[in-house]
Amino acid sequence: VTGTILTQIATLGRRAVVRTARQPANVVFPLVFPMLLLAVNAGGLKAETRLPGFPTNSFLAFALAVPFVQGALLATVNANVDFARDIQTGFLNRLALTPVRGIVLLVGQLGGLLTIALVQAVFYLAVGLAFGVRLESGIGGAAMLLVLETVIALGFAAIGTWAALRTGSTEAVQGLFPVFFVFLFLSSMNIPRHLIETDWFRWVATINPVSYLIEAVRSLVIEGWNWEALGLGFAAAGGMSVIGFALAAQALWRRLERT
Amino acid sequence: MTEALDVARGVAWRQLHTFFTNKAFFVPSVMFPLFFFTAFVGGLSRISKVPGFDFPSGYTAFQFVFVLLQSAAFSGVFTGFGIARDFDSGFMRRLMLAAPNRIGIVLGYMVSSLVRWLTVIVVVTVVALLAQMNIGGNGVDLFGLYALGLLLNLAGTLWAAGVAMRLRTQQAAPVMQMPVFLILFFAPVYVPLGLLQGWIHGVASVNPLTALLQAGRGLISGRPELTVAAFAIVAGLIAGFALWAVRGLRRAEAAG
Repeated sequence: VTGTILTQIATLGRRAVVRTARQPANVVFPLVFPMLLLAVNAGGLKAETRLPGFPTNSFLAFALAVPFVQGALLATVNANVDFARDIQTGFLNRLALTPVRGIVLLVGQLGGLLTIALVQAVFYLAVGLAFGVRLESGIGGAAMLLVLETVIALGFAAIGTWAALRTGSTEAVQGLFPVFFVFLFLSSMNIPRHLIETDWFRWVATINPVSYLIEAVRSLVIEGWNWEALGLGFAAAGGMSVIGFALAAQALWRRLERT
Repeated sequence: MTEALDVARGVAWRQLHTFFTNKAFFVPSVMFPLFFFTAFVGGLSRISKVPGFDFPSGYTAFQFVFVLLQSAAFSGVFTGFGIARDFDSGFMRRLMLAAPNRIGIVLGYMVSSLVRWLTVIVVVTVVALLAQMNIGGNGVDLFGLYALGLLLNLAGTLWAAGVAMRLRTQQAAPVMQMPVFLILFFAPVYVPLGLLQGWIHGVASVNPLTALLQAGRGLISGRPELTVAAFAIVAGLIAGFALWAVRGLRRAEAAG
């Protein structure tokens, strides 16, 4: 039984990956856009490194954390738009008539998203290294970075999958993109929290879980092994994953309910 | 000419009716510039403490000018999305059949884009004033600043219209959006040009949008600089993109 379940998960996961790979816009955009934003910010905000208390003299190293979170977000939105299309076109209903278990559907879908997010993460890391960024946490830090990216992607993917299952609408899932972006921009993505001058913005960035995701990735790049930052990052990503997965499982159960 | 104006009035009314009555169009158009303004001003105001940052009116005004120009250009791009949508839905073919003067179609989209931007910038200005933005410029300076935005909006609309008329599909959205995004962000967005270093300084120095940003910031602070150059650049952009849009219209006509 376990073997069958694993085969089903692998088949559905592969389908999610292949479907994304067949749409060049869904592959190229999540790779290029975060790099473009990184280039723009690394150039435009380099002067920020002259602020007293700024943790590094390389803004590129400081900002490299952002593409990891942004890429996970973009991959999630794109892949969940496809998942919502499966619901709209009735593919999910047809699949429900087969012996595939509900949980397999969910894990297969999320597994596909994680694979895409990991490929992106390796790309971002390679670009960062090519442009002279050196991980303070070393090779072990790179491995930890990929593990962290997996959990971050799982968090976004689970929430996106919940939205797809709950609404069954591609437009609704696409509408998540700006919402995620608001969380990204109202975080410590461009400046360390202790250097944020405006009180309300610092408060928003402090309660925003995305700040902790970015800071965890950033700590591996510019600090080394900061266990507090890593713990908070894993806690935020893990919390998002658990909540998202629970919501998605419940939404799947309702969607596949026999009437 | 009367025929063109009649067509323009009809197209503009339809576009604006859609814009003001459909939340999916109205809310993002207003929220995105507001959001950028809030995120930049709230999050990055400390950067004005960097040695050499010498803008007299403060970081809120510094970023307001960027958001004003960005919203102007992007209102034009969003109008281009609408044109592409009209091609996809088949409405444009019917419109072209019905319009006695098709230049009026482009004029109509331009008018609707202007009204869209004016709506957005009124909201952003109110928020900026509530955030106690310092304004050093006088009435004439501010008129110049908004006129600059208005002209950039026309240029953005003509650019996006030209792309939409050539490609005639909503999939052309990144082609309209990305160049505008790049030209905007390869200018001195966060700090003055003098504080940029490396390749971005080189790119920003030859980017025509840099002159517009510097002129806008000069106007809002009451220390005008590069104003004539900025208006000349934006006039050139309008002339070039008008030709681009009209030739695009002719291609769309030829495509049937």
